[in-house]
Amino acid sequence: MTASDEQRTGIEVEALVREFKKGPRAVDGIDLQVSPGEIYGFLGPNGAGKSTTVLMLTTLLPPTAGTARVAGHDIVSEGPQVRASIGAALQEAALDPLLTGREHMRLQTSLHGIAKGERERRGDELLERVGLSQAAERKVGGYSGGMKRRLDLALALAHRPRILFLDEPTTGLDIQSRTALWEEVARLAAEDGVTVFLTTQYLEEADTLANRVGIIDHGKIVAEGTPAALKSEIGRPTVEAMPREPGELERTRAVLSRFGEQAGAAPKGAAVRLEGGESQLAEVVRALDADGIAIERLQLHAPSLDDVFLNKTGRSLEGAEEAELESEDAEAEAVGSA
Amino acid sequence: MNAGLRTQVGQLARRSVLRTLRQPAQIVPALIFPLFLLAVNSGGLKEATNLPGFPTDSYLTFALAVPFMQGALFSVMNAGTDLARDIETGFLNRLALTPLRGTALLSGLLAGAVLLGLVQAVTYLAVGLIAGADLAAGFGGALVLIALSVTITVAFGTIGLFAALRTGSGEAVQSLFPVFFVFLFLSAMALPLNLLQTQWFHDIAAANPVTYLLEALRSLLIEGWDLGQLALGFGIALTVLAIGMYAASAALKTRLVRT
Repeated sequence: MTASDEQRTGIEVEALVREFKKGPRAVDGIDLQVSPGEIYGFLGPNGAGKSTTVLMLTTLLPPTAGTARVAGHDIVSEGPQVRASIGAALQEAALDPLLTGREHMRLQTSLHGIAKGERERRGDELLERVGLSQAAERKVGGYSGGMKRRLDLALALAHRPRILFLDEPTTGLDIQSRTALWEEVARLAAEDGVTVFLTTQYLEEADTLANRVGIIDHGKIVAEGTPAALKSEIGRPTVEAMPREPGELERTRAVLSRFGEQAGAAPKGAAVRLEGGESQLAEVVRALDADGIAIERLQLHAPSLDDVFLNKTGRSLEGAEEAELESEDAEAEAVGSA
Repeated sequence: MNAGLRTQVGQLARRSVLRTLRQPAQIVPALIFPLFLLAVNSGGLKEATNLPGFPTDSYLTFALAVPFMQGALFSVMNAGTDLARDIETGFLNRLALTPLRGTALLSGLLAGAVLLGLVQAVTYLAVGLIAGADLAAGFGGALVLIALSVTITVAFGTIGLFAALRTGSGEAVQSLFPVFFVFLFLSAMALPLNLLQTQWFHDIAAANPVTYLLEALRSLLIEGWDLGQLALGFGIALTVLAIGMYAASAALKTRLVRT
């Protein structure tokens, strides 16, 4: 396979399975395709199988069954070629607290076989890109969580990979660090054409960053598509109105009922699912005004990816996380004994 | 060794040495503890030199071989704990995603053990000589003594690497320390083999390779150049090194299940 062929291929996964001894089927026959230059968000609660999938796709864990090709190479029979094409920042920022940022870059570029003369330049360029030039001579043990994640990202990019795996890259980061990392990932995809496979348990992250999202639960992909398509699939937005005078609640409900079926609302409010979508909001306002109903508060609830998760699994993603912690522990133990 | 492999070994060796130098808590106990035991033993057991057949009239000279072995035990802990930490933090996975070869990883990791072994050997010998110990083999013997000590330290270090790769746990590696200490005590550590009168203890010490490592080190201090003892000492150290490297390489293959 030539370099240009590699550039035209992303990730192709077919019926991928990973079972652990005495453990659950962590990944249960998933299929997915990620196009070159695409940001694919892999969303699910803890223990759903996200990290196990990443470990298999990065060749660090052999699959029990199924096939996957990354950058056109089979993950089982062409491991070295896969590794040469990918960069990965795995779940915990795996850094040596006793080395400096620059020493990490030097080690990483050397191990990837980058020519001696270019190592320093590449290291400096990446440290600059992730905003760590000033901290390059400091030991990583003194870095903040956000700095560690940024260095992790820079290390993953050392050998100019075509495909980047990011396993929960912003977990535990403050909003500023998270936003900075999102911007860099988006830039990598848009300007450098890097394909990004990103696992996350943050709805906002998947919604903001990913071109397409796959939702995984109990090792199976339960939904896949663009965030907009997934949200529109499960239903229409809801409008909720709360009259200024509590006595007007019935009249408010009657006006709203012209625009769709009734939906759950706060005790002093009325709500309907808008049959015509968000564009009907203006009509709702005009109708309430025409009937002389003074409104204290009017809210439009757009469907979220959490609603998608709820619709597909019967429970909320955020609620699912705690419930899945035990499952994650079991998975971690299984990885240890695999 | 080709250029790529040389670069890999060199960079990992550099990291290992930097890590060792930046952890005084690894270096200081490995220097102080054996010297403290040397002071206690040479002070408390000096009457043993009056036993018929004792090879020297200086117990300090006799006991000076022991710190070299105790220092080697620290290398089991240090090399193993460092690697176990790499496994626990996922740093090994980072290395596994590069075209790194297993031999480069293990050789590079042992570079820190070589450095520590060198510092230990020079310190123990210098302190011993200053305190009045003899060195029958002279300056050349000092160099051979240091070389043998470093070889033993690296050989024991491979056992630490093996334990780390098998268990993936720093605590498990550290738990080996007392086990190795028992091996040291069940050897000709305090008395020469021919003066161990209790039969079961004599038999265990005679079968214990640590005895012959001690005797090789001692031969340079007490007797001068005994090529037979030296060959046996180097032979045992190199055999442990070969077995340790083989076992660690096999354990690395199991640990790095990359396809």
